[in-house]
Amino acid sequence: MNKIFALAGVVIKELYRRKDFYVLFVLTALLTLGAGMVNFFHDDKIVRYVKDICLLLIWVSALVISVVTTARQIPAEREARTIFPLLAKPVSRAQVIAGKFLGCWLATGVALVVFYFFFAVITGSKEHFWPWAAYLEAVWMHWVMLGIVIAMVLLGSIYFAAPSSTSTITIIVVGGILLLGTHLKIIALQQPEPMQFILTVFYFVMPHLEWYDLRDFVVYDMGLVPVRAVALATLYAAAWTGIFLTLAWLGFRRKNLTT
Amino acid sequence: MKISPLSRLAMLFALAFTLASTLALPADNWSGRAKSDNVFGMMFGDGRKLFANHFFTMADVYFHSGYYPSVFDGNRKESEITEASHGHTDSPDDEIKEDFLGRPRDWVDAFGRNFRITQHTHLENHNEREILPWLRLAADLDPQKTEVYTVGAFFLREHLNRPDQAEAFLREGLRNNSDSYEILFELGRAYRDSYHDLDRARNVWQLGVKKFIAAPADRQKDDKLIFEELAVNLARLEDEAGNYGAAIDWFHAAQKVSPAPDALQKQIDDIQKKMAALVPVTPGKLY
Repeated sequence: MNKIFALAGVVIKELYRRKDFYVLFVLTALLTLGAGMVNFFHDDKIVRYVKDICLLLIWVSALVISVVTTARQIPAEREARTIFPLLAKPVSRAQVIAGKFLGCWLATGVALVVFYFFFAVITGSKEHFWPWAAYLEAVWMHWVMLGIVIAMVLLGSIYFAAPSSTSTITIIVVGGILLLGTHLKIIALQQPEPMQFILTVFYFVMPHLEWYDLRDFVVYDMGLVPVRAVALATLYAAAWTGIFLTLAWLGFRRKNLTT
Repeated sequence: MKISPLSRLAMLFALAFTLASTLALPADNWSGRAKSDNVFGMMFGDGRKLFANHFFTMADVYFHSGYYPSVFDGNRKESEITEASHGHTDSPDDEIKEDFLGRPRDWVDAFGRNFRITQHTHLENHNEREILPWLRLAADLDPQKTEVYTVGAFFLREHLNRPDQAEAFLREGLRNNSDSYEILFELGRAYRDSYHDLDRARNVWQLGVKKFIAAPADRQKDDKLIFEELAVNLARLEDEAGNYGAAIDWFHAAQKVSPAPDALQKQIDDIQKKMAALVPVTPGKLY
């Protein structure tokens, strides 16, 4: 376990040495502050559009940070040939996968905390209301969802040729699930066979990432999602994360690292 | 012949300057964007109207606190904020019709509903202000979209108690759409309901009727209900002012386009009864 934590520590250090997070955070902050300063009909109590814009930026930024950070982990180790001394420590290939996953997930969690803290400060200063429980629930679900995404990217980075292709494909897949996941069954029912069958099967077997998007609950102050549902969704995310990590390990175990 | 680099540079500058001064005026006419008086017009051209529709829909989404059908759930006839601005309130039957989610289709859908807004609510208690940014943006993106002004003014006046802002927004709409009888109708309502200025309301509504009559026939056909609203409100205003003859005339005009002319006939009958009661009784001979 210590080896996994050591590997994770390296990944976290890498995140705060690189500029991705800072650039995205500054961009999010500037756009949110810019939107917040606009005065509509001389009413300074209007706040939901600021929440909406800020949360959208946080979701985009967090997705980019998690995907880009994860996609380069194993290819970079192979390219720099540091994978060999790493495996000679000795660290097993399963520990490498687990350590990389844990590092990326924790690093993304740190980034999320910073983003959501900024969100809470900005929106709270406008509406003088801090529904911390709703925020915590939203952050937790967001982080859990990113766990699935990070595991998915790790799997992709084993099979795809370059980090750029892994990042692009994952962002398209995740974006597609977030936008269409809920509606896929309706779309399937409107298609002729065999497309109807294929889409229906895909609807049931894909990871439903859209469940983890609680932005509407935060933006419209609609209270909390039942804790039981959050717990079940967390279990579901853990299962999918496990599936992707196992597949990544199976691929990495047989991977020839010299080519 | 050899030309020095400096001379070449000077000649290129001279050519660029000559072309710029020659082409500056015609270039203004090449595209409508440069002439646009707002930044969105310059950036997006006519494509901004697509965004305007989206932002207007966003206002309706906010009005429902996120409970809103997607393109996959089937389209609404008309946005509910528009219906509300015409005085429509949901009946229990409407609420059932607007339950676009229905019963869960499967366990994925059933579980997923824990993480979606599933209650049909409308903003109230001054929270209606939250739709205003989207209406403001929609108006900036498409100044010819008249319903943005009427809906915005309705919520400013009726729900947020800010008739001055409502009037200013409608005046802005009128500057961009000088022939809009929809905006004139809403402006008349602001004068009657918020300022209790019946004379200005009458003038504005009468102007609205004139604009309607001057509009092309196909537009008149589509906007019959606006004419009915103008005529009925003018009729009621004249009734309140004691001008019963004019009130009856306006009700007759409204009957021609109304889907429920019988209801209007009842109001005409009521006015006629009032008129009959006013006819002075000829005094008999006292001596």
